[in-house]
Amino acid sequence: MPGSEPPLLAVEALSVRFRAESGMLTAVDQLSFEVRRGETLAIVGESGSGKSVTSLALMRLLPPAPGCEVSGRVLFRPSGGGPPADLLALAPEGMRRVRGDRIAMVFQEPMTSLNPVHPIGEQIAEALVHHRGASRGAALEAAVRLLERVGIPEPRQRLASYPHQLSGGMRQRVMIAIALSCDPDVLIADEPTTALDVTIQAQILELLADLQRQSGMAVIFITHNLGVVAEIADRVLVLYAGRAMEQAQVLDLFDRPLNPYTTGLLASVPLLDPFAPVRQGLRAIPGNVPDPQRLPPGCAFHPRCTHAVAGRCDSAVPPAEPAGAGRLVRCLRWREIVEGALA
Amino acid sequence: MTGAPLLSVEDLEKWFPVRTAGLFARQARLRALDGVSLTVGRGEVVGVVGESGSGKTTLGRAVLRLLAPNAGRILFGGVDITNLSRRAMRPIRPRMQLVFQDPFASLNPRMTVRNIVGAPLVVHRRGDAAERAAAITEALELVGLPRGAAERYPHEFSGGQRQRIGIARALILRPDFLVADEPVSALDVSIQAQVVNLLLELQAHLGLAILFIAHDLAVVGHISDRIAVMYLGRIVEVGPTREVLARPQHPYTEALFAAAPVPDPRRRGQRALLAGDIPSPIDPPSGCAFRTRCRYAQPACAAGRPALREISPGHVTACIRDDLLLGPSPRGAPS
Repeated sequence: MPGSEPPLLAVEALSVRFRAESGMLTAVDQLSFEVRRGETLAIVGESGSGKSVTSLALMRLLPPAPGCEVSGRVLFRPSGGGPPADLLALAPEGMRRVRGDRIAMVFQEPMTSLNPVHPIGEQIAEALVHHRGASRGAALEAAVRLLERVGIPEPRQRLASYPHQLSGGMRQRVMIAIALSCDPDVLIADEPTTALDVTIQAQILELLADLQRQSGMAVIFITHNLGVVAEIADRVLVLYAGRAMEQAQVLDLFDRPLNPYTTGLLASVPLLDPFAPVRQGLRAIPGNVPDPQRLPPGCAFHPRCTHAVAGRCDSAVPPAEPAGAGRLVRCLRWREIVEGALA
Repeated sequence: MTGAPLLSVEDLEKWFPVRTAGLFARQARLRALDGVSLTVGRGEVVGVVGESGSGKTTLGRAVLRLLAPNAGRILFGGVDITNLSRRAMRPIRPRMQLVFQDPFASLNPRMTVRNIVGAPLVVHRRGDAAERAAAITEALELVGLPRGAAERYPHEFSGGQRQRIGIARALILRPDFLVADEPVSALDVSIQAQVVNLLLELQAHLGLAILFIAHDLAVVGHISDRIAVMYLGRIVEVGPTREVLARPQHPYTEALFAAAPVPDPRRRGQRALLAGDIPSPIDPPSGCAFRTRCRYAQPACAAGRPALREISPGHVTACIRDDLLLGPSPRGAPS
């Protein structure tokens, strides 16, 4: 487990705002988190929570101002040493040296992220040629080793395959091979298994965990699936309407969620329980995920929250409060709710 | 259940002609349904699970006669509808309806909710204007949409509300059979639970029979009376939900359970992974189609296509090995 060494990536008060018809809308609001070497941070949220926008902001892949405004700091300390750099302040050329090299990304849909008209060998070699100045031949040799590492059978023969000739799981393995080609310090995986069958999802999760053990890279895993979170995360950040609702070690979060939204989210996950009565309803969170253009005032979750109190929860955005070691919770009433549950 | 089932499918086959790729391209058959037999009783919920490519969506389309099967029989309410003409199907159609997966793609963005939900009444020439208006109001109320929703357009609604609109449209003709094809998989987790609960309430209230197609075993486990597990166009196991969950009889069922992520970090990584991908339905393996990925496979598994054998009343499996003690959804049992 990561010790006292400084975080590889420290995100401080990251905000992302988009220009919309109705004015500026805030997709990510004052988000702060850290990831260390060898650690997996899961960012969990529903649609509109800002989880994908966060990953794009870290990679500087959002559209430029004035359509989109990004503020805050993203401090990155490369593992090879050297001073930390604020990724948001880097010149485009400096960012190009980081992106795909020190920080790599895997997206949800491998079919749309791979180029359909190039063989996969070329696509894996590209990063090595670009970032490492490798020759085409050497890069293709490296591509064979990468394909082998991500568990693709007959890797040498596969170099000439096109994306459409591979299954969804194999395509995602190729995406991971591309991401790993420059041995990144941080891997951002944005819903990498959502489009896959559960059997293939299990394979990809195991592959990512193995690769992380070998390389010690940090992983930021973005997902909506709490089952997947339980499977891979060391720490969890729960997002709702662009704000961090709770941040905790994975066991603490599942054992004792402190924010009512986290509690509701955990309760609404259907469990595979052979002893439960048939046709048993699920515990749903009432209401709808808020429209980012019309966020409720105060705590954005209050209209759906059974603990909400008029005049308090709808008046001001609650601060993120420390709640034990490495734990943050954003709820005005979390202490009362926890004490009430114990009483 | 008493009496004849509402829906009875016997040895259903559906294949699609395809050309194989490469130098020796040839005409081949993609076997989407390869001899499927299944029943759904009145008021019964039958869950169908399997990986993509297992044929579960094709099964849903075929029983509604949205696809013409190539062989086998479909009996609905005691009537053989396998080869009925469009005209002869017409009086039966209102009794069988479909809820789609994607609530964004299955609602016409240029139509108001009133016209979307009321469309089946128009198609089937039901009622006059006043009766239709009353039926639409009732259907919207039934699925928990606010008054005033009728005059709005789909884009004004969230994913969960759109799925409610799709369900209202499916129910307005008061069908007795619903095919729900992945009705919650495009929705947010907190909203999925709402829609599952709504379907359960409506099912009990209206006495609906539902063929519930999903890849999420846990959702299927919550809603179904019985579960059918499909692999490469075949049913490999059918049984009462609790029995299938507690005592899976087919290695594929066991593998599906093992792969499902469990929201409990203490039980991380205790799984037997299924290797590889589902084989091509153009060239399925001989004998048992699952044998190429099965950790219990023996030479005999390649010999003949295994028949479904009964383990206990109503619980059948297509595995020839009767010496296996398979895991009771190993990571799903309460701790």
